[in-house]
Amino acid sequence: MIRITCPFCGERDHSEFSYGGDATVAYPALDASVEDWNEAVYLRSNPRGPHKEYWHHLNGCRAWLIVERDTLTHEVGKVEFAHPGLRNAVRTSV
Amino acid sequence: MSGYRLDQGGLIDRADPLTFTFDGTEYQGFGGDSLASALMANGVDVVGRGFKYHRPRGVMSAGVEEGGAILTVGSGRFREPNVKAPVQPLYQGLVSSGQNAWPSVRRDVGRINDVMKRFLAAGFYYKTFFGVRGGTKDWMLFEKVIRRAAGMGRASRAPDPDRYETAHATCDLLVVGSGPAGLAAAKAAAGAGKDVILAEQDFTLGGSFLARSGGIEQAVAAIEGLRAAGVTIMPRTCVFGLYDGCVAGMIEQVSDDPGLHGVRQRTWVVRPREIVLATGAIEQPLAFGNNDCPGVMQAGAVSTYLNRYAVAPGKRAVIATTNDSAYAVAADLVTAGIPVTLIDARPSGPDAPEGVKVMHGTVPIRTTGSYVLEGVDVGPLAEDGYATVSRTLPCDLLAVSGGWTPVVHLTSHRGPKPVWNDTIHGFLAGSTTEPIRTCGAAAGIYAHDDCVASGQAAGTGDAGPQPEAGPHPAMPLYEIKTHGKKLKRFIDPQHDVTADDVRLAEREGFVSIEHNKRYTTLGMATDQGKVGNIIGIAIMADASGRTIAETGTTTFRPPYSPISIGALAGRGTYMHFRPVRRTPLHEWNLANGAVMTDAGLWKRPWYFPLEGESVDDAYIREMKAVRATVGLCDVSSLGKIMVQGPDAGDFLNRVYVNGFAKLPVGKARYGVMLRDDGMVYDDGTVWRMSDTDFLMTTTTANAAGVMAKLEELLQTRWPDLKVQLTSVSDQWAGIAVAGPKSRETLQAVTTDCDLSDAAFPFMGIREARIAGADVWIARISFSGERAFEVYVRGGAADAVMQALWDAARPLDGVLYGTEALGALRIEKGHVAGSELDGRTSLHDLGLGGMASSKKAFIGKAMMDREGMRDPDRLQLVGVAPVDASRRLRAGALLDTRTDLIDHGQGFITAVTDSPDLGHWIGLALVKGGLERWEGKEMTSYDPARDGNTAVRILSPHFFDPKGERMHG
Repeated sequence: MIRITCPFCGERDHSEFSYGGDATVAYPALDASVEDWNEAVYLRSNPRGPHKEYWHHLNGCRAWLIVERDTLTHEVGKVEFAHPGLRNAVRTSV
Repeated sequence: MSGYRLDQGGLIDRADPLTFTFDGTEYQGFGGDSLASALMANGVDVVGRGFKYHRPRGVMSAGVEEGGAILTVGSGRFREPNVKAPVQPLYQGLVSSGQNAWPSVRRDVGRINDVMKRFLAAGFYYKTFFGVRGGTKDWMLFEKVIRRAAGMGRASRAPDPDRYETAHATCDLLVVGSGPAGLAAAKAAAGAGKDVILAEQDFTLGGSFLARSGGIEQAVAAIEGLRAAGVTIMPRTCVFGLYDGCVAGMIEQVSDDPGLHGVRQRTWVVRPREIVLATGAIEQPLAFGNNDCPGVMQAGAVSTYLNRYAVAPGKRAVIATTNDSAYAVAADLVTAGIPVTLIDARPSGPDAPEGVKVMHGTVPIRTTGSYVLEGVDVGPLAEDGYATVSRTLPCDLLAVSGGWTPVVHLTSHRGPKPVWNDTIHGFLAGSTTEPIRTCGAAAGIYAHDDCVASGQAAGTGDAGPQPEAGPHPAMPLYEIKTHGKKLKRFIDPQHDVTADDVRLAEREGFVSIEHNKRYTTLGMATDQGKVGNIIGIAIMADASGRTIAETGTTTFRPPYSPISIGALAGRGTYMHFRPVRRTPLHEWNLANGAVMTDAGLWKRPWYFPLEGESVDDAYIREMKAVRATVGLCDVSSLGKIMVQGPDAGDFLNRVYVNGFAKLPVGKARYGVMLRDDGMVYDDGTVWRMSDTDFLMTTTTANAAGVMAKLEELLQTRWPDLKVQLTSVSDQWAGIAVAGPKSRETLQAVTTDCDLSDAAFPFMGIREARIAGADVWIARISFSGERAFEVYVRGGAADAVMQALWDAARPLDGVLYGTEALGALRIEKGHVAGSELDGRTSLHDLGLGGMASSKKAFIGKAMMDREGMRDPDRLQLVGVAPVDASRRLRAGALLDTRTDLIDHGQGFITAVTDSPDLGHWIGLALVKGGLERWEGKEMTSYDPARDGNTAVRILSPHFFDPKGERMHG
């Protein structure tokens, strides 16, 4: 029942979004080693508390967002566009 | 118990007589009655039977905690089991019946279980039926019989005829409960300008006001005040759960009467800024002998029946109490002219109300009466906690108060564990950082004036009074122990759990309260332990030599009270459960004889039968025609994504395993994409329409997933790429034109497109016009024949399809569906969903050669990692029966052994009868693949259907392996 404030659409119910995984994972270059890819694909920390996650505004503007969510309380903090260009555009306009 | 209606008083409308039936007998009640009060007013004493022992049960309470009067209401498809009679308002024509009894609750054959009761202790069924002879097999057999003997009501087997809906609301403050505290909280908040919703599960507002003499008038006045202040008041609305983000789930009972065309229940999702819980407290029983006898009820409930319903639950009463609250009940009984003796376990207490005989230091030990209550044996309570019978008090009503337990369920839903409080001998809500406040009896504050003050404070967010023990503290007494013969002392009347069951479970090692609950089923009935939980924990604490605080409590989870699945579903049932997707050619397909099938959400043509044809007849005929002449098939459900922009080619090059950057304009290419972990994800074709415009097709199943994945890549990983994605799946219709005469068919309907091999080679794409509409034509083949796909905007699809069909029919062409489509691809060895199951790699599918060595792509590093090139991996092969007359079955296991107890060497993924080859063929995934098995025999192991079939492993490319037909 959490709500996410999409920087484009405003505050919306989480049912409009789909979870998109851990946003702290840095995916390596396509030609990187299998070890690097193995780490990015399989190795995850399981933090208790605030965490950065990707959420896709699937039934909204279709933006991929970076959402700060507390894994313990489900409290949602800062929400930003994942795309750096969009992120910066919002920052500049505020 | 021999109840009767009082001449005056109560919140009932004597001018509104209502007729109802119970077990076939007609009775009369009044508007404002509950089913329980109406039954009681008619002197009906036995209304149910116990769960295990089938002992007679009467009304035990006046609320949702009811453990005795659990009835089935309504009949036929409107029948609803396990309705608690005290919360069911009476309506004209209500039909009710007893449960768990045969032939009726008054004469129940199952009572024999009561004689056998020493064999039916906690865990009896598990101990007896597990492990004998066949172990769990036997349990599964016995379970059916046991469940029938020990059960609650049966639901109707018919589809739910009622309507439900979902609604949403927001407010500043949600107040749960309309007793003195709740009304005060709502008033205070509304007075401060807050937008308030007040929810009350009862059909009448007022909470404990309604149980108090003179309370009704006070409640009515307070509610009028709230209405005037603009508070939204919702009676018959149960807050069943609290959720993340300060969300309350509520069910509103809108109407009872079956057959009304309105809504029966409404699910509310309410988002208040703050919540005040004024949910009250529930009176606890005492564990003494035969305390489930009809005529034994909560003391507070007696006041509710007297004052709210003007019903006397009996003619001669005994009250057994451990605290002050029952003294008011005694006064109410005297007012109603009912003689009453009060026994108080404490050595001293408040002054006796006028006309009430009080016996201090005395406890109830066992009830007497073989069927309904006739008296109670009482006696002094010794220092060691044991009691001995000193005398018998005749009575037909025994009102019991073992103290009160605050209703802390809703706070527990949010995580905080309830905390034991020694002042009130009860659990209070754990502390929370969320804006949820508890007040009144729910916070352990029982005195009326303090409740009001507590509610006011909670309404405005101020500090209120704290729980107090008062001048005559309650006595923490839970069970009455006796020497000598064991007595049946119930603590959970709904599940027939006794005090001895809890002690037995403790001796058998179920010491954790959570384990004890599951072993004894204490608190697992429809009241979720509202009555038996505290007493069970107390007995457990006593048995294991711990304090109650150390023993802890079980976890309360939503829903607070049982709710119907229908209410949660709301309107999302049948075709509204999930959307139906229809292609632009849907109506055209139906008009032309299609039998439809579901492909995910899509409706797709399955086959087009001629008169009298079965599905097998039809798809074989359709296949033959595609191989001989031409067939048309609606392929509109394929995913279609426009990939546009200066970097579109580069982007596709990274997404697909094969090269796309150099795909010439006017050409299409088949591509396979992997997941990050190197497994095959999806396949399709990409058409290059211009330097910067590509049309990607995906499988039907993955259309949405591929789109989301591509968006993720562009927005999170490669934000520097200048690419625009647009889903055009619903905008474009697609028609496959397949077969040797496909060119002839197209030539007949388009004049502006040169379809010759030279001008329009295999994998070419061209713009053209058909039936006045602009179309794109691609020469691609899924069937292995010379074939084209025609894409047109959805609105023009009918006209284009009709033109193609008019041209194909004279050429002996056919319309074909997904059955023939699938069969044709199996003959060609093309992989589809059953092989692209998320566990297969490119190499497994024989597509390893597609992977480009000149570029990197998603999944490249991982597709060759350790284990991915294991020769033992399941790999794609073809299978055919050794005896050409045998059929194959998808899902059959493959092995050289003929009797399997494991997964074998592989399995068949897809099969078809092949008209070209004259026998059944199939695709399969087998360990070691063709390299290990080509030409060898295996057994197709299929014990549930055709048994064993000898098969030969072949190349999956059964038909035209060199592809001469599609290039021709």
